[in-house]
Amino acid sequence: MVMQRVVKPKTQKGRRFLENRDGKITENTKSSMFIKGGNTSITVSQILKELYMLKKPHAVMYKRKNILRPFEDETPLEFFSKKSDASLFMFGCHSKKRPDNLVLGRLFDFHVLDMIELGVDKFTPMAEIEGPKCSHGTKPCLIFTGELFEQDKEHKRLKNLFIDFFRGPSVKNIRLAGVEHVISVTAIKDKILLRNYKIMLKKSGSRTPRIELAEMGPSLDLVMRRTKIASDDLYKQALKVPREAKPRKKKNISQDAFGSKLGRIHMTKQDLGKLQTRKMKGLKKRQSTDSATETTGTTDSAETPSSPKKIKQT
Amino acid sequence: MADLVEKVLREAAEKESKFKTIEVEKEIDVIIDEGNLLVCDTNPIDFKLQKKNREDYLKDLSRDNTQLLINRIWQLPTHREDEVVVAELPDVKTLIPREKPVPKKRKATKWEEYARMKGINKKKKGRMVFDEQSKEYKPRWGYKRANDDTKDWLIEVPQNAGKLKKKKAEIYPFEDQFEKRKKKKNERTSKNELQRLRNIARAQKTKVPGVGLTPTIAPSKDHLGKALAIAKKSTASIGKFTETLPKEKPSKFTGKKRKFEPNYGDVKKENTKQLDILNSVLNKTPILDVTQAVNAHVKDENRSSSKRQKTDKKGGKGGKGSKGSKNNSQPKKGKRNKR
Repeated sequence: MVMQRVVKPKTQKGRRFLENRDGKITENTKSSMFIKGGNTSITVSQILKELYMLKKPHAVMYKRKNILRPFEDETPLEFFSKKSDASLFMFGCHSKKRPDNLVLGRLFDFHVLDMIELGVDKFTPMAEIEGPKCSHGTKPCLIFTGELFEQDKEHKRLKNLFIDFFRGPSVKNIRLAGVEHVISVTAIKDKILLRNYKIMLKKSGSRTPRIELAEMGPSLDLVMRRTKIASDDLYKQALKVPREAKPRKKKNISQDAFGSKLGRIHMTKQDLGKLQTRKMKGLKKRQSTDSATETTGTTDSAETPSSPKKIKQT
Repeated sequence: MADLVEKVLREAAEKESKFKTIEVEKEIDVIIDEGNLLVCDTNPIDFKLQKKNREDYLKDLSRDNTQLLINRIWQLPTHREDEVVVAELPDVKTLIPREKPVPKKRKATKWEEYARMKGINKKKKGRMVFDEQSKEYKPRWGYKRANDDTKDWLIEVPQNAGKLKKKKAEIYPFEDQFEKRKKKKNERTSKNELQRLRNIARAQKTKVPGVGLTPTIAPSKDHLGKALAIAKKSTASIGKFTETLPKEKPSKFTGKKRKFEPNYGDVKKENTKQLDILNSVLNKTPILDVTQAVNAHVKDENRSSSKRQKTDKKGGKGGKGSKGSKNNSQPKKGKRNKR
């Protein structure tokens, strides 16, 4: 599965590095880039900074002035993506026409897949909200509220993009006490409200705790502006699950409509000679003296209680 | 009995008042994807409440949804890992696009294809090999390897040196054996590299360039022919306008291979082929080419008429002369053939 290269890596370390960047069956955690544009307002740079903090182990920050316009020219983004091996990006800029502008997007095979431009209406940074904060690198719970996320195509894609962006590493197990961060995204009319909460587990008298939330920040009120959504063809291609990653079908195990597990068992042929039928006086074992006369007929019928072995003994 | 019921009820009420409930009621059931810790709530939003106090409304909504998620997660099977209780998350339900395309399987190399055809299996070689000199096991290759021939301080000159190759510049028994060994190794590595690149080119379905001519010590006649063929093709227009010499034979080294019919295969085709041959042999009425027959006839007639004319004019003398000319022409033909 290793990619064939004309120029071979010279060192083992180099080889491992390149191997890590190759396409894989189970992929690495997507990392994201936070790119500051040529002109940014305080709000935008603060948002980039705080979201970068939330995403931190899987994120890179490009904090110098990067004069690029994602909707006009995608090549610089692709270049950045290749450079840092990151496929998610958030680009922030500010202009008179589009004040406090954020472009959220993702790439597939180093080409832009989806891109959605969001304007910031209101922003409350983390520092302004008092209270406890969650620790670095926790996997957040994601909550999407609003009918729009099911109805509108662009909102649907935005939801998927947000999940992709914020979900963090995909894990098999999770520490129960470590669930401490909630990102809630609500679509109300034309607005998208993004809130961050810290979870506080309270006693409830049962095993499952009672949940209380405390706002942690940053909080954003966003408006959707321009969008570039991948064609169905490309999107389908990106969604492809390799055959090796699909769960193997297990033989002889099925589920019925109610969700209960059914198993099929293969058994050896049943010996009908040993079958116990109804006990009756007429079918009772004969005395040994009587059976001597009937030795010939005993073996053919299955229902005879006496075995051929016994007959031989007499 | 009544006392007991009362007691239980009282206890339950106390419990209720002490802790807030963990139950959440929703009109439409929320969709929960435990693998992603994701909740999708499609219930309509209460605009009145939202307008009154948006932040509190959002917080309550989020709390309810989080409670639902937590309730579900706490139901999952758990186990202890490094003295920490962890829940086993199921597979994710929401499909998220990949970062990079699915890796393709590497195409088999030429050797691998050949080995498969021949049924040659790969054999695993052990890492450690017994080293005769130091009498201990050493790695097969790499640093401090066993049977390392690059560390020899002395190499015996082979017995047959000087007998095989006779050259002026170098007297072979005095050839540098170390240099020779090094050169051989270099050649092996470069051959391997070349084959690797050819395999890559083959896998990508690009055209594989030929190796061209490699220098040899004693070039053969074939070698010369090959060199000529390559030289003729080595123009900007791949030899399209290279002129051929008069009486030049077509080159053997065109790169085209002869093709034969398979030994077994289409029976029907072979059958018809053989039958055609049989038919043509057995056909009693020979195939008659009218023009050819007419030509032959005309020729015959002409000849006979000219003979008649000659005999009429000169008699026996003319006949002799004609005979002589015939005799002269025959050996000439033979000479031409010899040339």
